[in-house]
Amino acid sequence: MPNTDAVVVWRWGAYEVNATIAYTWLVMGLLTGVSCLVTRRLSASTRLTRWQNLLEVIVLAIRAQIREVSQQEPGPYLPFVGTLFLFIATSSILGVVPGFVPPTASLSTTVALALCVLVAVPLFGVARQGVLRYLRTYLHPTPLMLPINVMGEISRTVALAVRLYGNMMSGTMIVAILIGIAPFFFPIVMQLFGLLTGLIQAYIFAVLAMVYIAAATRAHPGKAHADRDGRTP
Amino acid sequence: MNDLGLIGMVSIITAGITVAVGSFGAALGEGRAAAQGLAAIAQQPDEANTISRTLFVSLAIVESSGIYSLVVSLILIFANPFWNRVAAQVSG
Repeated sequence: MPNTDAVVVWRWGAYEVNATIAYTWLVMGLLTGVSCLVTRRLSASTRLTRWQNLLEVIVLAIRAQIREVSQQEPGPYLPFVGTLFLFIATSSILGVVPGFVPPTASLSTTVALALCVLVAVPLFGVARQGVLRYLRTYLHPTPLMLPINVMGEISRTVALAVRLYGNMMSGTMIVAILIGIAPFFFPIVMQLFGLLTGLIQAYIFAVLAMVYIAAATRAHPGKAHADRDGRTP
Repeated sequence: MNDLGLIGMVSIITAGITVAVGSFGAALGEGRAAAQGLAAIAQQPDEANTISRTLFVSLAIVESSGIYSLVVSLILIFANPFWNRVAAQVSG
């Protein structure tokens, strides 16, 4: 079992940095570093660098997806949901680099990401519709549903974490087993398959987070309401 | 048969059954969902974007039960707590 939590790469006094944290920092540094380098010379004219073009495509695609899923303006949700997607997608793409284990293949990382979603959902809900109106959504069909609503909140967090962990960990694990049985060809095929699964899981994690946030920010759950364009979600 | 062998045998058999039953249900459900989604896309090709996005999300949610059984069987095989406890008792 490739458990990167148990591998300590650096130790200073009582502080330990295990391999999961190191790989997480690598992905974070890569994302922020590339973005900083690219956004240093932004141009608003028609002549732009190819890197700026790439980033614009990514940001516009994420904005379009958020708008379609939530039927709201994507502005407030773009940083959170976009960061989730980019982090998970980058770590699964980097998984094809030999020696790199995706940090999302460790249960601690995925639990942390799911806890971020658990905290973000009430924050966005309260910011959008106020404390009392948000808390009233827990009593939505009848007050009898309160325990079930709270349990649903917790169980979907666990489901988010375990789904991502299971997919990523099984991908790296199958490759590790196949290298022992049939090296040279089959591990490559499974790596390619893992690339596809990783991107789909990143997309699904971000979309599910957006769906949960959209459900919390909607005024009356279950009751269709018209937004600015007159469409009903 | 001693305790260690019994625990190992039961864990491996249970892990196999867990993956078999779990993946069976998940595959059946996912197949039905995908068939319905493809039929919906064939009827309304204009809505293919929305339908395929919803299809992907629902496939992931259905698949999570299969993933749960995979995680449980991996725990049974690689990180079995009872095996570790009995092995520690035997050696210590």
